[in-house]
Amino acid sequence: MSSEKRIRVLIAKPGLDSHDRGAKVVARALRDAGMEVIYTGLRQTPEQIAETALQEDVDVVGLSILSGAHRTLFPRIMQLLKEKGLKDVIVFAGGIIPEEDVPDLKKLGIKEIFGPGTTTGAIIQYVFDHVPK
Amino acid sequence: MLSGDRRSIARAITLAENNPIESQKLIAAIYASTGRAHIVGLTGPGGAGKSTLADKIVREYRKRGKTVGVVAVDPSSPFTGGAFLGDRIRMQELSTDPGVFIRSMASRNYAGGIAKATKDAVRILDAAGKDVIVVETVGAGQSEVEIIKVAQTIVVVHAPGLGDEIQAIKAGIMEIGDIFVVNKADSENANKAATDLQTILQLGGEKGWKPPIVKTVALTGEGVPELLEKLDEHRRFLEKDSEGRMNLLKAKAEAELTEAIKEKVLSSIVDNLKKEGRLEECLQKILKKEKDPHSAAEELLREKGLE
Repeated sequence: MSSEKRIRVLIAKPGLDSHDRGAKVVARALRDAGMEVIYTGLRQTPEQIAETALQEDVDVVGLSILSGAHRTLFPRIMQLLKEKGLKDVIVFAGGIIPEEDVPDLKKLGIKEIFGPGTTTGAIIQYVFDHVPK
Repeated sequence: MLSGDRRSIARAITLAENNPIESQKLIAAIYASTGRAHIVGLTGPGGAGKSTLADKIVREYRKRGKTVGVVAVDPSSPFTGGAFLGDRIRMQELSTDPGVFIRSMASRNYAGGIAKATKDAVRILDAAGKDVIVVETVGAGQSEVEIIKVAQTIVVVHAPGLGDEIQAIKAGIMEIGDIFVVNKADSENANKAATDLQTILQLGGEKGWKPPIVKTVALTGEGVPELLEKLDEHRRFLEKDSEGRMNLLKAKAEAELTEAIKEKVLSSIVDNLKKEGRLEECLQKILKKEKDPHSAAEELLREKGLE
């Protein structure tokens, strides 16, 4: 058990949104699925998120946002991740994100958006399917 | 990595966690560059305020112009192997400080309060030029003494109300502390907690360094400058006592060398036995209760000429 690869996931809440139940539910589910989840709490700036992803050498970043500020924050986050050489990190998002915004977000490089009602099982499966062994 | 590039440091630590064989080569290459940093272990029961204190300690070191690495260890689930690494929450404002590198590590069921790869992560941060490295242990209690293999100065953090005096006398972390902190010093019982600690420490023997007790309020940072003074004092003490220090370093090196030998010998013997099919034969005998595991082990080693 001691020295096998574990999938490392950063669950981050960008911006001024204080609703963290969803993020914590996802974080716990991923942990129960055997992943190492770094949870950084509320009110993260894009700079903090990108730098954390770098230092923690994560395989996946999950962004949780319910405030509607995704159109401003997500491009900045994706830009910073690219600048730091992290373009291979899989980024997904969840929370309250309108359907019509999804195509633009995917164009930014966000691989999947998990809206309300998504099961944690689906997210877990997605991560297992997409992180290279 | 040696020049401090953060991505390289991060990748190197991941290598140390996931691929001990490859990472050995890395450690071999950087070993000569290690030994400069002051390595501080932060241990103590959960809820005492270690992470909050770590954040303030790092900020104080930054004020004094030092660069800092932090390794924060949290427990892995023994059932799923997963982990919730949340120590970083208390330190997140420091994420964007280029003089600070924070890494969260899961224990991966290594016992004793740290992860197996923690020692190498510390070496990596040391070689990358960090002046101070703070290692925060899992925080499960009295048996967290593995930190002594990794850190030079051990800070034991207590808070009032986490257990009475008798709890504190129990062997383990009380024996390894170089500095004791009573956090949440603004609470009612703090003075009593500090006095209780004082009494217990006086019951211990002399060993050249008298562990001081520092009162802190991690939430506000009160007491932290004083804590840093004590940390520096201990570092100077270690440097002055060069014979004691040499003995300690030698003991640590011996422990690590014998552990490495043990591991390599064990895996090579077991691999051999597996290939020859002898392991499977013995397992069948054990399952049929024809032999007990110890006798089977003796038999196998005798065959190999090792008994």
